[in-house]
Amino acid sequence: MAAKHSKTPRQQTGGKTVATGKAKTIASTKTTTVASPTSTAATTSATGASEVAKKARRTSHRSIREATPVTMDDVTSLASKTTKRADKSLLVICGGLSHERDVSISSGHRVQGFLEEAGWTVHVHDMDGSLLPYLTDESTRPDLVWPLLHGANGEDGSIRDVLEMAGLPYIGSRAKASRTAWSKPIAKNVVRMAGLHTPHSVTLPESMFRELGVEPVIDMLLGSLGLPLFIKPTMGGSAMGCTMVTEQSQLTQALINCFAYGDVALIEQAVTGAEVSVSILEFDGHPLVLPPLEIWTPSGTYDFEARSTPGPTEFYVPARLDAKTTQAVSDAALTAHRALGLRDISRTDFIVDAQGQPQFLESNVAPGMTDTSLLPQSAQAAGYNLPELYTALVQSVLNQKRTD
Amino acid sequence: MADDPNIAPKVIKNDPWYSSYAARAEQMRASEIRALFAVANRPEVVSLAGGMPYLGRMPFDKLADQLGVMLRSKGQVAWQYGSAQGDPHLREDVLPIMELEGIKDVQPDDVVIVNGSQSGLDLITRIMCDPGDVVLAEAPNYVGALGVFQSFQVDVVNVAMDGDGLIPEALEETILEQRRQGKAVKFLYTVPNFHNPAGATMSVERRPRVIEIARKYHVLIVEDNPYGLLAFDGQTYPALRSYDSEGIVYLSSFSKIIAPGMRVAWMVAPPGIRQKLVLANESAILCPSNMSQMTITTYLDNFDWKSQINDYRGMYKERCDAMDEALKEYLPYCSWLKPKGGFYIWLKIPQGLNAKDMLPRAITAKVAYVSGTAFYDNGEGADHMRLSFCYPTPDRIREGIRRLSTVIENELATVRLFEPDNDKKRG
Repeated sequence: MAAKHSKTPRQQTGGKTVATGKAKTIASTKTTTVASPTSTAATTSATGASEVAKKARRTSHRSIREATPVTMDDVTSLASKTTKRADKSLLVICGGLSHERDVSISSGHRVQGFLEEAGWTVHVHDMDGSLLPYLTDESTRPDLVWPLLHGANGEDGSIRDVLEMAGLPYIGSRAKASRTAWSKPIAKNVVRMAGLHTPHSVTLPESMFRELGVEPVIDMLLGSLGLPLFIKPTMGGSAMGCTMVTEQSQLTQALINCFAYGDVALIEQAVTGAEVSVSILEFDGHPLVLPPLEIWTPSGTYDFEARSTPGPTEFYVPARLDAKTTQAVSDAALTAHRALGLRDISRTDFIVDAQGQPQFLESNVAPGMTDTSLLPQSAQAAGYNLPELYTALVQSVLNQKRTD
Repeated sequence: MADDPNIAPKVIKNDPWYSSYAARAEQMRASEIRALFAVANRPEVVSLAGGMPYLGRMPFDKLADQLGVMLRSKGQVAWQYGSAQGDPHLREDVLPIMELEGIKDVQPDDVVIVNGSQSGLDLITRIMCDPGDVVLAEAPNYVGALGVFQSFQVDVVNVAMDGDGLIPEALEETILEQRRQGKAVKFLYTVPNFHNPAGATMSVERRPRVIEIARKYHVLIVEDNPYGLLAFDGQTYPALRSYDSEGIVYLSSFSKIIAPGMRVAWMVAPPGIRQKLVLANESAILCPSNMSQMTITTYLDNFDWKSQINDYRGMYKERCDAMDEALKEYLPYCSWLKPKGGFYIWLKIPQGLNAKDMLPRAITAKVAYVSGTAFYDNGEGADHMRLSFCYPTPDRIREGIRRLSTVIENELATVRLFEPDNDKKRG
C-alpha cells in the first residue's frame, strides 16, 4: 500500500510570493464570533437534525459575514511554517471495503504524493485488520491521520469514531457530522432549515413499495414530484447507483439499480441548470471557499463514467455565473458546511436553477482527491499549489493540537 | 485570483487530448463495474471472478536455486535484447508440449514467442483486420479477445455454440450470411477446449467438420488453447492444428499451466502469416523478454512439469466438484454445464435478473463474479455469470456460492416486486 504515484506537475501560485513577515497568521485573526463546527457537530444526529439546523441557521449567516476568510497569503504562510516535516508521521487511510474502494485508493495515493512532495513523511494504510495495531503501536502510531475513505465506513463517520477512540488527531469532519452529511435526506433537511434550497424529494425504502404496493406508490410519486426524477441511494458517492429518469417506463429499472446499492432510495426532482460544486478548506475555523466549479458533460449527466474517465467533460472555474449568483453559491456552500457541522474540508454540490438559485444536492466530507476530482481541479484553477495547500491544512490541524 | 469571484471563467478540459484520440480508443473508458472489482482483491471477499491459476504448489525454493544458476551462467543473455521470434531454446521446448495434443509437424522455426496469448491475439488481429472487417467468434466470447477486436474496430459476429462447442452448421450459415452482406470474414476465433467462459469443449467429431467448412470458404481459424492440458481426467483432445497446418494459427500459453506473471505464450502459423507475426511482434515490443523466456526454460528443463500439471488437474477437479455441489445445494434453480476441465462454470441465472446490475449487491455481500455481459459486445449475457473455481479453496468456494445465493434471492425479490411482468414471462 505504500506505492507512490507519479507526480503531477506543480502549478505555481500565479506570481504570489511567500511573505512570511507580512502575512497575517490564522491564529491572530481568529474571530471569536465564528460558529464552532465541532460544537454543532457534537449535537448532530439523525433525530436531532431539526434542532441542529435551527441552531446552524442562527449561526451560519453570521459566520459567513464575520469569519475572516483565508487568502492565498494565509495558505502560503501556513505552509511555510518551519515544522520538521520529515519528523512528523502522517497517515492516509484509504481503500476499505466500500463500493468506492478504487476511487479512495486513487485519492489516497494522490494526497500522499503531494504531501511527500512537500517534504512530509506519509504512510498509506488500508482499512483492514492490521489498521488498529498500526494506529496504536508506538513505533507506527501517526502524528496525524487523513482519512480518505469514500463510501460506507469512510464518510459515514465510522472510521472517525475509531480515530477519536484512539485519541488520534485527524483531518476532516467529526464522526457525528459525517454521519449527518452521509445521509442525503437528513443533510437536505438540515440545510433546508438553514435557509438553503434543495430539490423536492422523498425517501423511500424498498420495504415501503413492498408493503404498500409498487403501482400506487409510483402513481403517488409521479403525481407529487412529476418527471424528470433523479433516483439515488440515500447513502453513497461517485454517482454509483444513480439514474436520471425522464420517462415513467425507466422508473422501475432505476429503482432496481438503486436498491442494488442500498435499501433506501432518495427520489428527487431533477432540476435543470448548471451543475456547480464548491469546495471548502478550513483553517482553524477560517474558511477558504474555493471558486465554484461548473461541470459540463456532453450527456448532461455527471455519472460515474464521466467522473472517472478523463474525457469530454469540461470544468469552468469559476462557474459561468454572474457575480451575484457566484457569491450566492459560495455562500450556500459555506452555509451547508456550517449547518452540517463540517470541519477542515468539504465539497458541496449544487444545481444552479434557471432562476439562479443554488439547489443543494449533497455535501461530501471526504471529497474525491484523484486527478479528475473536483476539489483539486478547483484549487489548481484558482492558482493554488496542491502540495502547499495540503501542507497548510496539515499544518493548521497540527497547530490546533486536537485531542480527538 | 482565488479571492476574486469576478474573474473570467477558466475552462479546464478534463482531458485536453480528448479530441486527439483515435476512434479505436473510444471504448476505453472507466466503468462502475471495473471499479467495483477493486474490492474483489480483499481477503474478506470470495472472488469467483478472476481466472488466476493457483500457484501455491509451485516449487519456488528449488526454482530459485535453478534461476540463480541460470543468472550466474547466462545473466548477460537473460538481461539483453533477444530475437523478435523468441528464444530458440524455448521454441524447441514447446514442441513436446504441443505433441500432447497431437501437433507433431512443427519445427522450432514455425514458432513465434509472444507476450502472453493476449499479445498474440493483438498481433494476429493487427495483421489480418482492417476496421469493419468481420471476425467470427463463439458466443459468449473470451473477454480479452473482445477487447482486442474492439480496439481494431472489428465487427465481431457471434456463432452459436452448445455443450459440444461451436456448432458447425451455425458456422457455415454465418459465413454465408456475412458473404451475402458483402462483409470480409477475416478469421474464426475459437477456444475449443474448456471454453472461457462457457466451459464447453468442442467435441472430437465436430473438429474436422469445422476445419472443412473454414477451408471451403477460405476462412482462417485462430485456435486459442490455454486450457488444453487441464482436463480433470488427464485426457487431451486433438488440437484443430493437428488436422491442418495451412489454415490455422495456433496459440497456446504458459499462463494457465505455469506462470501468468511471466507473460510467455507461443504461436504457430503458416509461413506467410508467421513472417508477418514476427515483424509485427518486433514492431510492437522489439522482442519478448529473454528473462521471462529463460525462466520458463529453466523450469521446463529442471522440473517434472508434467507431474506438476497432473497435480494441478487434480486440485482443479476438486474445486470444480466443490462448486458444482454447492450450486446444487444453494442455487438448484440456476442451470450450468459442469466442465470437464479448465477454470470456469458459466451459470445461467433466473430470467429477469441482470448479472451486471446485481454486482453491487454481491460486492456488499463479499462475493464477486464476472457478469455475462462482459463476454458479449452487444449487451447480451446479462442472464449469465462466469464463476471461476481455480483460485479459492473448496471451503471458500462453498461459502462464496452460499453468499451468492443470498444475493440472487434478494435481487430476485426486488426484481419481482418492481417488474412482475418479467416474472410472469418466467412462468
